[in-house]
Amino acid sequence: MQTKQSGSIKSSEITPEQTYLNRRNFIKAAVLAGTTFATAGVYRWLNEPPLAVAELDKIENLKTAAEPNNEITAYEKITGYNNFYEFGTDKYSPARRAAKLETRPWMIEVAGLVQKPKTFGIEELLKFEQEERIYRFRCVEGWSMVIPWAGFPLKKLLDSVEPLGKAKYVAFETAYNPKTMLSSFSAGIDFPYVEGLRLDEALHPLTILATGLYGKLLPNQNGAPIRLVVPWKYGFKSIKSVVKINLVENEPPATWNLSAPKEYGFYSNVNPAVQHPRWSQAREQRIGEFGTRETLPFNGYADEVAHLYEGMDLKKYF
Amino acid sequence: MQDVKFNKFVVFVNSLIPLTLLAWDAVWRQLGANPTEFAIRTTGFLTLIFLLITLSITPLRKLTGRNDLIKYRRMLGLFAFFYGALHLSIYFAIDRNLSFTSAAGDIVQRPFIAFGMTAFFLMIPLAVTSTNGMIKRLGGKRWQQLHKLTYLCAIGGVIHYYLIVKSDVLMPLAFAAVLATLLGYRVYAANQKAAQTPVVPKQSKF
Repeated sequence: MQTKQSGSIKSSEITPEQTYLNRRNFIKAAVLAGTTFATAGVYRWLNEPPLAVAELDKIENLKTAAEPNNEITAYEKITGYNNFYEFGTDKYSPARRAAKLETRPWMIEVAGLVQKPKTFGIEELLKFEQEERIYRFRCVEGWSMVIPWAGFPLKKLLDSVEPLGKAKYVAFETAYNPKTMLSSFSAGIDFPYVEGLRLDEALHPLTILATGLYGKLLPNQNGAPIRLVVPWKYGFKSIKSVVKINLVENEPPATWNLSAPKEYGFYSNVNPAVQHPRWSQAREQRIGEFGTRETLPFNGYADEVAHLYEGMDLKKYF
Repeated sequence: MQDVKFNKFVVFVNSLIPLTLLAWDAVWRQLGANPTEFAIRTTGFLTLIFLLITLSITPLRKLTGRNDLIKYRRMLGLFAFFYGALHLSIYFAIDRNLSFTSAAGDIVQRPFIAFGMTAFFLMIPLAVTSTNGMIKRLGGKRWQQLHKLTYLCAIGGVIHYYLIVKSDVLMPLAFAAVLATLLGYRVYAANQKAAQTPVVPKQSKF
C-alpha cells in the first residue's frame, strides 16, 4: 500500500528547525524558571519574614522610658525573637500567633498561705507605681538581650496579701487556653506552664512583675499583660502571662524542671560554671552583636543576689 | 525531559537557591534577631534535606524504573556535603570564635556536637571519592561499600538534630521516619533479591 504521508504534508507545513529549537528552548526556560520559583517559594514559606508589632499603648504612670541605644536590644528584636511554647516552639512563631491571646479582662489570683487572699484585675495592678528596670536577660539557650522593662517589685504585691510564716515558696501559673494555644503534645511540655521561686527570691528587690517594655504595654509574645522577671535566672524562670500566684510551704513544680530535671534545675541561676548538654553556658550570643561574649555569674547580678545562696553548692542546686 | 546536561543544570541552580536567599537576607540584614543561629540552623536543615534526597534516589529509581535518576545523585550528595561544610564553618567561625579549644570542649561536653561532627567527618571521604577517577581507582564494588557510609552520616545527622531540640521533637522525628523508610526500603530490597536468587552451590567454572 502506498503511503500518502510524504505527499500529504506540504513542505511549508513542516515546522522549521529554528521554531522547533525555539520551542525547546522555551520549554527549558520555563522549567528552569518554574522550578527556581518553586524552590524559592518553599524556602520563603519555611522562613516567613517577621511581622511588625502593633502599636501598643503607653504606660501611664511611668516616670522614665528608655530610648533605644547601643546598650539596649532593639524593640523589634525583643518582640520578634521569643520563647513562648504555648504559641509555637520556634522563636519566630510567638510574634505571629500570640495575637490570639486575649489580655482583657485579665485576673490574677493571689492565694495560698496568705492572710488576705485576693484576685486582682490587671487594671488595678497597672495602677501600682510603675518603674523602668533595664535588665540583662539570659536565655538558657545561650542568647541574651538587654531589656527596658516597666513594672513593679513583686514584693509590693506579696506584701499586700500578707504571707503567713509558713509560706516558703511562691508558685506561678501561666494562662492556658487550648483553643488558642498549642497542645502539650505539640509543644512537648505540660501546660499550663508553671514556675516557682523561693520566698526570699520572690521578695528580692530585683524581682519584678513586668507590665511593659520600652515604656509601652507588653506585647502578647512577651507575656502580656503581666509577667515575672527574675534577671539573675535563666529566662524560662520569668514566667509569662501570669494568672495565679500561690504561696506554698514546699518547693513547687516548674515546667522545664519536670520535663528534663537533669537539664533545668529548680533554681536555674545563670551560672557559667554549670554546663548544659546542649548549650555552652560559659558564653552567650548577645542579640544584635556579632560573635559571643562571656556569661557572668548570676547574669552580672552577683553583688545583689549571691548572698541568697550562701553555703549552697550551686553545682548541686543548679 | 531526557536532556541530562540541562537537567543537571536545573538541579544545580535549584540547589543553590537556598544559599542565594540566605546570602541575600544576610546582606539586607533580614535574618531575624539572631542571624548566626538562623544561618547555622538553616544550613544544618539543608544538609539533612540533601542527604535524604540523595538517599531517596535508589528507591525512586527502582520504584519508577527511571534509571537515569542516578545521574543526579553525585551532585545532590555533594550539595549535602557543601551545606554541611557551611554549617560547620559558621558554627566554628562565629559561635566558637575560631577557637579549636572551645570547639573541642563543645564536642566533649555536648553529645549532639559529637554526633554532628562525626557525621560531617564521615562525609569527607565520600566527597573526596566522588569523582569518576576515584570510582575507577577504587573499583565499583569497593566504592559502593565505602559509600554505604552515607547511611551513617544521615543517621548521625538526624540524631544530632534530635538532640539539639528542647521538647519540640516532632520535626526531628519526621526526619527520622523518612530516613527509616529509606533505609528500610534497602533492607527490604536486599531480602527480596536474596529470596529471588536461587541458592545454587557455587561451582567452579572449570
